[in-house]
Amino acid sequence: MSVIQQGVSMVQRVLRAVASHDGWLAGLLLMAGWLALPSLGIAAEGTTAGPTEYRDIPYVGSRNLVWIVAQLHLLLAGFVLGVPMFAWLCEVIAWRGGEKRYDKLAKEFTKLLTSAYSTTALFGGILLFLLVAFYPKLMNYLTDVFFPSFLLYCLLFLLETATLYLYWYGWDAMQDGRKKTLHVFLGFLLNFFALFIMIIPNAWATFQSSPVVLADGTAFERAWAATWNPTWWPINIHRLIANVVLGGYICGAYAGVRYLSVKSPEEREHYDWMGYVGNFIGVFGLLALPFAGYWLMREIYQYNQQMGITLMGGFLSWLFILQAMLIGVLFLGSNYYFWLGITYRIPGSEGKYRRAMLMMLVSLLLCLAVWMTPHSLVASIEEAQKMGGAHHPLLGVLGVMSAKMTVSNLMILITFMSFVMYWRAGKQDTAGWAKLAKAVMGAVLVLASIAVIVLGVWGYFVPAIVRINYFSTSQVLIVIFVILTITPLTALLLKSAKTTTEMVWGSMPPRAGYSLVLNAIMVILLMTLMGYARSSSRVHWHVYGVMRDTSPYAYSPALGSASFIMAFCTFSFCLIVAFIFWVATMGDKYKAAPGPGKGELPHGIPAMAGGAPEERSQR
Amino acid sequence: MGALGKPIILMVAMYAFLKFGLPNIPGSAPLPSSLIFLYLLLTAGGIFMFKTLSGESKDAFWDPIRRFLTGENIGGLQALRYGVFILFPLLVGWQTYGSTAVSDLPPTESRTIHPAPPGEYTGLSNPVPKTPENIMQGKGFYAAYCSPCHGGNFDGKGPAARGFIPAPANFADPTTIAMLQESYLFWRIKKGGVGLPIEGAPWKSAMPRWEVELPDEWIWKIILGEYDGAHQSPRTWE
Repeated sequence: MSVIQQGVSMVQRVLRAVASHDGWLAGLLLMAGWLALPSLGIAAEGTTAGPTEYRDIPYVGSRNLVWIVAQLHLLLAGFVLGVPMFAWLCEVIAWRGGEKRYDKLAKEFTKLLTSAYSTTALFGGILLFLLVAFYPKLMNYLTDVFFPSFLLYCLLFLLETATLYLYWYGWDAMQDGRKKTLHVFLGFLLNFFALFIMIIPNAWATFQSSPVVLADGTAFERAWAATWNPTWWPINIHRLIANVVLGGYICGAYAGVRYLSVKSPEEREHYDWMGYVGNFIGVFGLLALPFAGYWLMREIYQYNQQMGITLMGGFLSWLFILQAMLIGVLFLGSNYYFWLGITYRIPGSEGKYRRAMLMMLVSLLLCLAVWMTPHSLVASIEEAQKMGGAHHPLLGVLGVMSAKMTVSNLMILITFMSFVMYWRAGKQDTAGWAKLAKAVMGAVLVLASIAVIVLGVWGYFVPAIVRINYFSTSQVLIVIFVILTITPLTALLLKSAKTTTEMVWGSMPPRAGYSLVLNAIMVILLMTLMGYARSSSRVHWHVYGVMRDTSPYAYSPALGSASFIMAFCTFSFCLIVAFIFWVATMGDKYKAAPGPGKGELPHGIPAMAGGAPEERSQR
Repeated sequence: MGALGKPIILMVAMYAFLKFGLPNIPGSAPLPSSLIFLYLLLTAGGIFMFKTLSGESKDAFWDPIRRFLTGENIGGLQALRYGVFILFPLLVGWQTYGSTAVSDLPPTESRTIHPAPPGEYTGLSNPVPKTPENIMQGKGFYAAYCSPCHGGNFDGKGPAARGFIPAPANFADPTTIAMLQESYLFWRIKKGGVGLPIEGAPWKSAMPRWEVELPDEWIWKIILGEYDGAHQSPRTWE
């Protein structure tokens, strides 16, 4: 019996003893006992001989609490590290191209960033305290291995914070001439530090999954060897792209919500456009994300067969069916938003493109049906008997990677073409070579699609290593080739094209805003789902094969229980983000409100992140 | 009902195809309800998306539904409306009851086909050289010990196969042993169904624990013979 249980029993005995007395006494004791429980729990292992290895808290459990806080920290960090990338890019576009609206957009993105930054750091601090409190043995070991990188991380955090403050608070002051150049450089530095802030903790996390342990050597040598572990760079790339996707879709959702609530036509136009940019950034990252994910899984499988099978064929493989569903909804949602854009922003285009949209939708759904078909089906006894097992004799072939890779590549191609269609809508080609260019683009697309499908089918008849190293890679290269061929060709065509219908911003229906919010929720769910998959693939190890988890929580939760926590994390993150956005826009609402009061306040708006530059610029 | 007609026909046609058409294709089998539900969900989602792409198509799709549910002067459809209002809650209640009531049927399975092997088996490689002699010997052992269930053609259709549910693995299927490393097969042959870990539950495998009858070397040779006979290659990283 654990010390916690002993403590609870003791409180219960005392309560029974006083049961015959007045109710208030029992109530007081009950309250005292309840309040004392955490301390009993936290001190649980402290009374035993030897150093404390674990601590716990009642009701929630240490693992669940760390899980939730770590996931929230990761989601916030993803947002905080993803947004500066495209905020900076927007600023550069405005700086070089002279389009002021991009500068305004970049500033609005950064406003969201400043509010989120402190919350991210706050959750990082809470996570650190919880880890040190609940897992002292593990943290002691990790500190021993990674001590040099801890110091570097602290330094980077200081630099990142200073740069962010300069970048945000100096926005209006550094608008012209060389000052603008300096500001753009600050944006670059912000991203530079952010990249390292991401990859250093990635080393700690990936070390737990694929450790490289040096018995000898200096502290630096040991830390470096542990950092450069087999899954470090795959996860760096995967997270870098995923952060862009997360940031893009969340900014899109922010724009969607604002679009639904604002009244003036100017604001509707602005948030419609911002929603479009957010969705575009999300899609842009989404096109590359499956490649990065595939590489990561390949490295994990190659590193350790047990871990690879646990994830892709074992008890965690059901998560990948859920993943397919979420990614599928994301692809559908993003395409739907593009198609709504064609229909509503470019009047008269619907009739021209409706048939193409239908074909794309049907193709996407077919691909998604293949992606979501599991290798082993959920079936009742009778159904399994009729199939001769959990495999369907005909559809079972759709359950393996060759089919999944093929359809994911096709979905990327379709989504890319959706974007191209949106790009071209409302314009008429005038170049003499337009017909030839369109024929080339059509041929490239058709041939590429056929090649992807042929490689996918052929993949069943070659050794796994040939499929993984050559066929899957070729499929990815084919898709990249299509994107790199069609994008410049379209850009060239559109350079001389005549605009037949002007884009009308602010005319999207409310469901466009809802689809942006849906996309953001799908991405958050995806990250919580795959965060759990990556972490739980270590099963009962803190550090895989090196340090065993000997706590009472050294078991994998049932998928239903895990899903509950994922949903809770998603919901909590949405609440936090909503709060951050509310705080970030508080200043705007105040300024927008009529009345003489605001200018008379001695200190302007409260000194919260997100409001200062505009306030200063007003004075 | 004009704009609603096509979606209804499409949903019914899709259901009929999945329930009655696809199972009758040679080599196929009835689909489990979970898969039918999944495909119908995708179809319904697609219809919803397409019908709401423009204001006109959305109105054409929703207006008949809205009129039917809330409109006045709908004539003969009034009785149908009451029917829906009565039947819909009953349907939801029936579904809820069906999914929560105690049943004597075993729960729906989501069995893990490839549970992860224990750590001590993951780093193994076949110590038996891949020579024609060893492959031939492996096929001989396979014929003696494995083919009664897994079939002389490595297709899972041995003479004893009909007695097992799930059926013995079909090695000629590119989605079985071609996805696995040799060490995985070594573990499964050596430890059999009783050696499956907890994540492999429910343990529905009649695979014998061959370690009590066959030396390791024979098992490795059987693996060589299996891959060669089924015209498959094991998963490798080189």
